[in-house]
Amino acid sequence: MQIKCTINNRIFVEDIQVDMLLIDFLRHLGFLSVKRGCDTANCGLCTVWIDNKTVLSCSILAVSVNEKHVTTLEGIQDEAIEFGKFIASEGAEQCGYCSPGFIMNVLAMKRELVNPTEDSIKHYLSGNLCRCTGYMGQLRAIKKFLNATRGGCLSESS
Amino acid sequence: MFTLKDYIVPESIEEASQLLNQNRNNVILGGLLWLKMGNKNYNKGIDLSKLGLNTIIENESSIEIGCMVTLRQIEISKVLNTYFNSLLVKSVKNIVGVQFRNCATVGGSVYSRFGFSDLLTALLALDTHVHLFHGGVIPLEEFINMTYKKDILIKIIINKDTRKASYQSHRKSATDLPVLAVAISRYNSHWKISIGARPNKAMIALKSSELLSHRPDQIESACNQAVSEMKFGTNIRGSAEYRRELAKVLIRRGVEEICR
Ligand SMILES: Cc1cc2nc3c(=O)[nH]c(=O)nc-3n(C[C@H](O)[C@H](O)[C@H](O)COP(=O)(O)OP(=O)(O)OC[C@H]3O[C@@H](n4cnc5c(N)ncnc54)[C@H](O)[C@@H]3O)c2cc1C
Ligand code: FES
Ligand code: FES
Repeated sequence: MQIKCTINNRIFVEDIQVDMLLIDFLRHLGFLSVKRGCDTANCGLCTVWIDNKTVLSCSILAVSVNEKHVTTLEGIQDEAIEFGKFIASEGAEQCGYCSPGFIMNVLAMKRELVNPTEDSIKHYLSGNLCRCTGYMGQLRAIKKFLNATRGGCLSESS
Repeated sequence: MFTLKDYIVPESIEEASQLLNQNRNNVILGGLLWLKMGNKNYNKGIDLSKLGLNTIIENESSIEIGCMVTLRQIEISKVLNTYFNSLLVKSVKNIVGVQFRNCATVGGSVYSRFGFSDLLTALLALDTHVHLFHGGVIPLEEFINMTYKKDILIKIIINKDTRKASYQSHRKSATDLPVLAVAISRYNSHWKISIGARPNKAMIALKSSELLSHRPDQIESACNQAVSEMKFGTNIRGSAEYRRELAKVLIRRGVEEICR
């Protein structure tokens, strides 16, 4: 089936199998930041945005993004690098495999929540699993990032 | 891995129903989260997203939730954050993550009638009906116990009463399936205690609800009554004995929260 969609501001017209999942479609087109971490829609690693909504690309048919806008990490490089510096300076990452999905969801949260508390940050990000760390470094990085950029963060504990 | 030969976005609910009944391997696509984990080979996948069924509508006496409404829409809905002490909002909050809830639909969740369903447990404590294309409008309780017939769940209709409600669940970790789910409501002096993830499908503890409606001070008797009138089972998340003990604690917490 032929679909037409916009990925990171570039238009694609592709002929694809109807049961192809969005994650495989995006990887096939070379958007390799999008990765699979589980088979059960549980890990959050495959996170992308469709029309600016944060979703799991492993659980969506590629044909259903016909006429829609998809954003992957490649499409928001500058912001991702900016946040990445906060993660690095907190020493938050170990293997880093969880990062692409995690960064996508943090940046979605920044757009959706105004002045989130620590609890609402944790709640928004609870679908992003990291098997190496204890999430504490990430939480510090997020708070500093939100404080340093638009959005702010009024967490109870900081 | 599931497979699909064809994908269709019907323009009307009649067309969708016709397509569904054309072939036994045609299937309605909800958020796909459950479907894609299976191994079935489907013929046509029917996507209901062009039928305007993705809204939550507040009427004079009811709240209607379309089948394509996502769990995240429930979570951030103004109406559902206002009514029933946010019962439905609280019931979906712990389901995996925001990205997941932006995909999972009300139709897929209710039609599937999963034993572990948080949403079903909560809806059962309200005055809820489901609107099926062929089956018409029927009480949720009847729908839960019906055999699985091929039909389209169009929307959920909740009577907008002044019911107070409480949602309680126990999970091994924040985003795991519930070990036990309890939803309780009080309308005037009438109580409803719904228990799900036992691990069987949610049901109302009728005698216990009745007992509490007559003697709201008898919480302990109501808890004991509830665990003796319904079956609890064992699975990897917990034993029947453990669930019975949990049920008593969660019912008490719910009742006390409503009485506060
Ligand atoms: C990893 C994981 C964790 C989960 N954790 C929880 C949890 O903690 N608590 C909880 O309550 N739930 C949980 N769920 C269930 C989840 O919330 C959804 O209920 C489930 O994914 C089904 O919704 P869906 O929109 O993805 O439906 P789909 O997977 O698309 O469809 C499910 C079934 O419903 C049918 N269907 C869909 N829409 C309709 C309709 N309108 N009319 C008729 N039939 C229809 C489909 O044909 C299919 O048979 C979990 C699911 C997964 C995969
Ligand atoms: S790959 Fe794990 S949630 Fe999508
Ligand atoms: S740093 Fe290894 S999974 Fe998160």
